[in-house]
Amino acid sequence: MSDPIVTICEHYHRDRSRLMDIVREVQARQGQVSPEAEAVIARELGCKPVEVQSTVSFYAFLSERPVGHIPIRLCNDVVDRMAGAAEVARAFERELGIPMGSVTGDGLFGLHWTPCIGMSDQAPAALIGDLPVTRLRPEDVPELVEILRLSKDPHAIPREVGDGNNAHPLVRSMVHNNIRRSGPVCLSPWPRGEAVHRAAAMDPREILETIGTSGLRGRGGAAFPTGMKWRFAAQAPGARKTVICNADEGEPGTFKDRVLLTEQAGMVVEGMIIAARAIGADEGILYLRGEYEYLRAFLESVLQEYRADGLLGSSIAGLGGFDFDIRIQMGAGAYVCGEETALISSCEGRRGDPRNKPPFPAQKGYLDRPTIVNNVETFCCATRIVLGGAEWFRSLGTESSPGTKLLSVSGDCERPGVYEFEFGTPLSSVLRAVQADDAQALLVGGPSGQFVQEAGFGRTIAFDDLGTAGAVVVFDHSRDLLEIVEQYMEFFCEESCGYCTPCRFGNEVILQIVHRLRTGWGKPEDLDLLRELGQVMRKASRCGLGQTSANPVLSTMDQFPHIYESQIARPRGFDLAAATSQAEALAGHPSRHLEKEGDHA
Amino acid sequence: MPEEVTLTIDGKKITAKIGQSILEAAEENGVYIPHLCALQELHSTGACRVCMVRIDGRYSASCTQPVSDGLQVEVESDELLEIRKMIVEMLFAEGNHFCPCCEKSGNCELQALAYRLGIDSVRFPYQFPQREVDAEHPDVFIDHNRCILCGRCVEASRNADHKTALEFIGRGKNKRLAVTGIVDLDRADKAVSVCPVGAILLKRQAFQVPLGQRRFDHEPIGAEVESRNPEVRTP
Amino acid sequence: MTTAVKPRIATVSLAGCFGCHMSLLDIDERLLDLVEIVDFDRSPIDDIKTFTHRCAIGLVEGGCANDENVHVLEEFRENCDILVSIGECARTGGIPALRNSIPLAECLDEAYRSGPTVYNPTGTLPTDEELPLLLNRVVPCHEVVRIDYHVMGCPPSAETLWQVLTALLSNEKVQLPYELIKYD
Repeated sequence: MSDPIVTICEHYHRDRSRLMDIVREVQARQGQVSPEAEAVIARELGCKPVEVQSTVSFYAFLSERPVGHIPIRLCNDVVDRMAGAAEVARAFERELGIPMGSVTGDGLFGLHWTPCIGMSDQAPAALIGDLPVTRLRPEDVPELVEILRLSKDPHAIPREVGDGNNAHPLVRSMVHNNIRRSGPVCLSPWPRGEAVHRAAAMDPREILETIGTSGLRGRGGAAFPTGMKWRFAAQAPGARKTVICNADEGEPGTFKDRVLLTEQAGMVVEGMIIAARAIGADEGILYLRGEYEYLRAFLESVLQEYRADGLLGSSIAGLGGFDFDIRIQMGAGAYVCGEETALISSCEGRRGDPRNKPPFPAQKGYLDRPTIVNNVETFCCATRIVLGGAEWFRSLGTESSPGTKLLSVSGDCERPGVYEFEFGTPLSSVLRAVQADDAQALLVGGPSGQFVQEAGFGRTIAFDDLGTAGAVVVFDHSRDLLEIVEQYMEFFCEESCGYCTPCRFGNEVILQIVHRLRTGWGKPEDLDLLRELGQVMRKASRCGLGQTSANPVLSTMDQFPHIYESQIARPRGFDLAAATSQAEALAGHPSRHLEKEGDHA
Repeated sequence: MPEEVTLTIDGKKITAKIGQSILEAAEENGVYIPHLCALQELHSTGACRVCMVRIDGRYSASCTQPVSDGLQVEVESDELLEIRKMIVEMLFAEGNHFCPCCEKSGNCELQALAYRLGIDSVRFPYQFPQREVDAEHPDVFIDHNRCILCGRCVEASRNADHKTALEFIGRGKNKRLAVTGIVDLDRADKAVSVCPVGAILLKRQAFQVPLGQRRFDHEPIGAEVESRNPEVRTP
Repeated sequence: MTTAVKPRIATVSLAGCFGCHMSLLDIDERLLDLVEIVDFDRSPIDDIKTFTHRCAIGLVEGGCANDENVHVLEEFRENCDILVSIGECARTGGIPALRNSIPLAECLDEAYRSGPTVYNPTGTLPTDEELPLLLNRVVPCHEVVRIDYHVMGCPPSAETLWQVLTALLSNEKVQLPYELIKYD
């Protein structure tokens, strides 16, 4: 009998650049990628075991140690914590008899925390195996665990399926779309396939012209003009070019791409085909975040339908030479892979380290080929622009920000979900629509975006005002903003790739200082230090993660200065009790200097 | 395409060869830009971020930014000095750098940069992380306490030694250097000789150069570069 | 010459090896110049154990390894106008901080129970209330109180200390020549 790992490697033609797929399959099959497995993979691919280890150790969903036959990953995003994730965790710990971060003795269950899984509108949520389980309540946990114990299969969890394609036989998930407001661009019906036929009939330069004139800018957060990006790739020399769809939606509080992939997948695919025609690409990659594995089979079927209809593959829409196909590349739990160059590294089977720019992906991207990477929503827009025309698109939104924007709204509001608004919509209108009447703060763009206080609710969603990839989290007056800032900093510490100094260490320092401020042990000089450090991270970090990860602190210091100043009003000096805790336990008595310290504290 | 371009560094025009980085061009013209991960004969990793400059107003690492015609580069400013200082302070607080008992002291680029930048205290809480000393190799010590994750050795092993004996594993604060196996690393490897700090040291070489006669004992780091330019005085 | 007008200096060695104090003594005959212009208050040099007056300058050798160190350092902060960290231990934790990545219980176990030269048949750890409690980690002085100046070196050379002291006493900026800037 041949080694199953060898078989997996053979399936991928022993291609080093497909290492992500190989280790993901080994992980799924064996519940770990053991050092022994790494050695076999290295031998098969002709690389060093340390290279395999380098990739495996980078991603949260891959592990050298067993993570449990059924890994239960509870989402610890801020919104999930607000919705009671801690109580759900305690219920699981009780039921399984193990603490978070460990595996049951029989190896059946692993209990782990994981950052935002894109279900903030139905929190608290978890991934059990690959399946999202939403709106968890502590009282449901015993039955859930009982069923899993008996069936050893997450698919046995009885659940009502969600709306729309969540009920599709290849999905069958309890996830709900919560589409609260449809707009004319992304969330309304489109004539399937027509845009591809039109693109095939257009000269590539004409497509570039149309996308450029439409004023479309990237919807993933960076807002780069899409037409310009495509033009660079079109002009770059190279026999082979690549179109990548960034479906690694990882910004905490963002879930609109999940809804697009569930309901409008064809529009995304068509957008990619249009891009391929425009730049002359023959290969497409849909990079799907590991958390959305449950959508994979469905998306494969969508691609298959397009192939069957002659809209994907060779001679697309009957046009000789228009050859382009798309594969799905799964991620494995790494927020930084949402950064386009990190995503490309990941597609090549490497650590998700961002790359130095230049060279830009449009010149030298996936496997050194000219590559464009666009967000899911951007491709939807491209499809609609080819159908409706650049002028029509420009008539929506504002002069600087044409079109519409999908917002993923969650937190303290009555109607969390996905909203399609025209650019230029003020936050106050968003708040009315989502029914949030006690908002203290809005986090626009997720933690890498900015906190806005009440006085700023007249500001608008637009690239020249509040640019955003789409997350809007509402915090009412009962919330402790400093605690929320601390939790978001935990997220960035967890997700920094560690490549560059300011991000790797800066986030840690911010977390530690915010923690000591919050617990009353801050120093007066801490506020200046936070500000200066935040600026250095913004200026000197190597990629967007570190350039924006100080934003929770910087924007709350700007918008809510009192939450910091009140913490240092009466400095308490040095925390001697905490500093002597170990010795106190060993000696059996507290420090004799403690009482006196306490007196003038 | 012309072979040479003209750019401005702190208001002074210099010429540079196409393909050079800002850092290389500056050095060739006697302008020292503090840096840790970049090394002339290696591909720049851009990891340490010490060599930050402003190019036409935008912040950029000078080691990974290629020259082009007409660039206005700002190297010396209070703001950039502050960025560099803070990053060096971060590296000191992040690892375990005990200069008084380190064999690299006096030859250490991290220490020398701190001297040059005038760092007399570190504003960040010292982390004192628990890290290992790997003494398994017959000729080489790898002391993870001192590693600043600059990537020189990884880069050298991959592209100069053509071995990939070293790689990074883990991410974030858990990122660290890993060796495939002791057989892969040789004492003569470039990977062994490029460490800017005392993280990779040859065994049985300690104190062969006595304190007082080491690389940075009498002249600051960068003085050598600046000696090419009579207008610059090393601080 | 009246003592009242001379600025007062206090010195202390916390978690240090007294090497910095030795280095201070190494200024040799300049000690005589020094006592012309300053008076020593609390210091091991004159064996004064408590502050007698407010001091202009406090020199602190060593970081904080135990609660006593913290207490003394806080007293120095309260009683000195200018507080100076002297040497690597005060500035960074230094050699005593080499224990910081090891849990305290393990350190004490090796020191008092399992170390190769230990004879301790009862296996008791020193727990008398009069003994200082060790901190979980040795910390540099500036993580405990505000420090005004840091002098590097292990120890700082006599020349360094002399230059720093004379600059502080004459209200001038401390500017050391490159050769005196040393972390070792």
